[in-house]
Amino acid sequence: MTEHAPTDLLITDVRPYGEDAVDVLVRDGVVTEIGAGLTAPEGVPTLDGGGHVLLPGFVDLHVHLREPGGEESEDVATGSAAAALGGFTAVFAMPNTDPVADTAVVVEHVWRRGQEVGLVDVHPVGAVTVGLEGVKMAELGTMAASRAQVRMFSDDGKCVNDPLIMRRALEYASALNVVIAQHAEDHRLTGGAQAHEGVVASRLGLAGWPATAEETIVARDCALAREAGAALHVCHISSARTVDVLRAAKAAGVRVSAEVTPHHLLLTDGRLTSYDAVNKVNPPLRTAEDTKAMRAALAEGVIDVVATDHAPHASQYKDTEWQAARPGMLGLQTAFSVLVHTMVEPGLLDWRGVARVLSERPAEIGNLPDQGRPIAVGEPATFALVDPEAQWTVRGAALASRAANTPYEGMRLPGAVVATVLRGRITAQDGKVAR
Amino acid sequence: MANDRRGDVPGAPGDRELLSAADVTRTIARIAHQIIEKTAGDERAVLIGIPTRGTILARRLSAAIGEFSGTAPEVGSVDVTLYRDDLRRRPARALEDTDVPDGGLDDRLVVLVDDVLMSGRTVRAALDALADHGRPRAVQLAVLVDRGHRELPIRADYVGKNVPTSRDEQILLLLAETDGVDGVRLQRGAGAGAGSGEAAP
Amino acid sequence: MKHLLSVTDLDAATATGLLDTADRLKQALLGREVRKLPTLRGRTVITMFYENSTRTRVSFEIAGKWMSADTVNVSASGSSVSKGESLRDTSLTLSAMGADCVVVRHPASGSAHRMAAWADRDHGMTGTHTSIVNAGDGTHEHPTQALLDAATLRDRLGSIAGRRIGIVGDVLHSRVARSNVFLLATLGAEVVVIAPPTLQPVGIGQWPCRVSPSLDAELPALDAVMMLRVQAERMHGSFFPSSREYAIGYGLSEARAALLPGHAVVLHPGPMVRGMEIAPSVADSPASAVLAQVANGVHVRMAVLYHLLAGAPE
Repeated sequence: MTEHAPTDLLITDVRPYGEDAVDVLVRDGVVTEIGAGLTAPEGVPTLDGGGHVLLPGFVDLHVHLREPGGEESEDVATGSAAAALGGFTAVFAMPNTDPVADTAVVVEHVWRRGQEVGLVDVHPVGAVTVGLEGVKMAELGTMAASRAQVRMFSDDGKCVNDPLIMRRALEYASALNVVIAQHAEDHRLTGGAQAHEGVVASRLGLAGWPATAEETIVARDCALAREAGAALHVCHISSARTVDVLRAAKAAGVRVSAEVTPHHLLLTDGRLTSYDAVNKVNPPLRTAEDTKAMRAALAEGVIDVVATDHAPHASQYKDTEWQAARPGMLGLQTAFSVLVHTMVEPGLLDWRGVARVLSERPAEIGNLPDQGRPIAVGEPATFALVDPEAQWTVRGAALASRAANTPYEGMRLPGAVVATVLRGRITAQDGKVAR
Repeated sequence: MANDRRGDVPGAPGDRELLSAADVTRTIARIAHQIIEKTAGDERAVLIGIPTRGTILARRLSAAIGEFSGTAPEVGSVDVTLYRDDLRRRPARALEDTDVPDGGLDDRLVVLVDDVLMSGRTVRAALDALADHGRPRAVQLAVLVDRGHRELPIRADYVGKNVPTSRDEQILLLLAETDGVDGVRLQRGAGAGAGSGEAAP
Repeated sequence: MKHLLSVTDLDAATATGLLDTADRLKQALLGREVRKLPTLRGRTVITMFYENSTRTRVSFEIAGKWMSADTVNVSASGSSVSKGESLRDTSLTLSAMGADCVVVRHPASGSAHRMAAWADRDHGMTGTHTSIVNAGDGTHEHPTQALLDAATLRDRLGSIAGRRIGIVGDVLHSRVARSNVFLLATLGAEVVVIAPPTLQPVGIGQWPCRVSPSLDAELPALDAVMMLRVQAERMHGSFFPSSREYAIGYGLSEARAALLPGHAVVLHPGPMVRGMEIAPSVADSPASAVLAQVANGVHVRMAVLYHLLAGAPE
């Protein structure tokens, strides 16, 4: 294990949360001074902030780094680079690897690889059930107590479909101060499903994934979480009516949080007519009405956070007939821009709001004490410096991920990450990873 | 196929008239007499037109023969598009009518009828098509206009009018059934495809 | 036209043009001893069937042969497909061998679209810009079936525009139904889909057709009724209680066929499940156009190959 030493840094001319321009002095990875006209002490490097917006470093509760077992699509190093370039300082790596991250050995491996790469805090998510099979609970306590300090458990990719197993997992987790993140999909309703059940899929002859398969599981799990007094996190909400279920559960005091992906904020099933599997994702792209509801719910706070569900797939898994293609899209390097496009530019979210959904709330949900902190003296210097005015054209081949399966290929998007700082150390700057 | 055999503009100023409406009628009558003479009352002779104008001419010839000899020969049509050697040079063309008289063509005298003879390629295609429909006793060829520029060893047995032309000229052949009026005109340097007769290869 | 993937590629004029070509081809071959045209001499047509279908494959093969194309049949078993080769690699391999046209039947919806996209994108690699014909992709479309049905209806009824045509049965899983609803609507027919709610696709309200749950109510006003195949595996998916109850509600019995007007035509894409979908006496009655459909299939597929392959490359 390599421990990267905290660093000293003077960041000049930045606007925290888009407010007035200041300079920020960092010593030993901690903010020591904020004010106008600061000068760098002897030997302290300067990062010219260029008048850009300074936000707390982004935290992604949902990525797939594919290591171990899927290195042809991504590994911890390439995924960490993509994260740093996307403004992220912490990511939660889902356990659907090969072998599955359902034991302390595997989660510690992932955690250690993240430390070795050192670009972003990689927090492995442990499996809820052994082998993601939904039958037998995995050793949650052992994984939580391991060096990886697992704080989130999920069978993501699959739903913990059995209500009894889900109930026991929630009850058991409540004593460990960890959260169960549910991939809400009633598999009995989605057998063979290929696309959002709606007009488009039915015309294209693609078996439908009904929104009710999400709503019913979320409703059930909220009831179970309330009974257990446990924390429930719902992954990648995709349907407008799930929002209503969540709103009611939150009003009733259920400890439930939810995420939405950038693609469910922007993209719809109208893209499916080419049968290009780059648009295949689970849960599926839904209707324009749903994306509108996702944006409103995120602004309202019913949906707590944006998480990318960054899911790289090598071309042999995507450049196939639709049915054979694996679901998933790249997300880390485009998340911020999609958020600017869908939420900031239309005025649904200000920079405080962006900090909330991309950093503060995810850090809270994921139990990370040193992420998502205020930009203030005495706090860790963990930032994303962003230029809201920038425009760029997405090219999958130019992204840091090993795979290139971005649905935004060729799309012109607003907002760019200028630099990412993790505890005083620059991890990415001007589109390049720090080495 | 229809389009490249029909003039877009039925006669523009500057065209030279080769045959008037009355000339066309007279010419058809003359060919009818020649056919009667040469087929010597073969009652099983059949006129097969090459669509579209060849078929119309075949019908008129049959009527004229009927008028002069008392017996109008049977008429049919054979579309040659599927047998053309220049299919790959243009987008796929619509097909025309094929209508072979009941009883087929075996051992019959077939008079192929077309409007304008030029390269001979259409007639070559028609001969191939005829062969697939049966084995005629003999095949003769009647055309209203022969404008020269042959590319294959083919000649007509009955010719309405020989017209020496240059390659950049177009023969515009009009028939009342399709164009409202009969006539044959020569167009100089007219736009490609605006003339009737065999398209230049 | 470079590929034929979906009936939505066809506007009314193009579809009518294909039907006209099919009629002319039928005419050109009528009563001939030599049923062979030289039109596609030297062109290679490969049929690539990932699902068994004797009728469609043979129909395409005959269509190609009657136009003098070299036709080669590949089936998924016994080829490198069974060794796990990807659809793209198989597709590129056939192009590299010089296939001017690949006729594909595949269980995955959209696979013909993907093959066409690869053919368009990768022809520099393979050296041949292959045309793709969809011969049935999953539960999406079967455009040549719809064209041959339209040809049959035009033959029997004289016209399609303004005619009322019922499509009965498992519309949800039927590529034949999808192609027919959209093609017949394009050609001006009034389409009525008749199926139990469990076999109606989501959003069918936005299709160019009317939906009815009752066959008996619709039959007296139909000009044609098209019975769909009910696949055996659907009987175990809780779509309807039993084949007996399906036959009672949606089978074309003799008594029910009697409700049709005298001029009405009965179609079935085959293979028929006699007794359940259609009574044997109805299938063999003069109203039935089942065998005419098969015969028209060859001419329609010749027309498709003609329009894709005979002209200048686009």
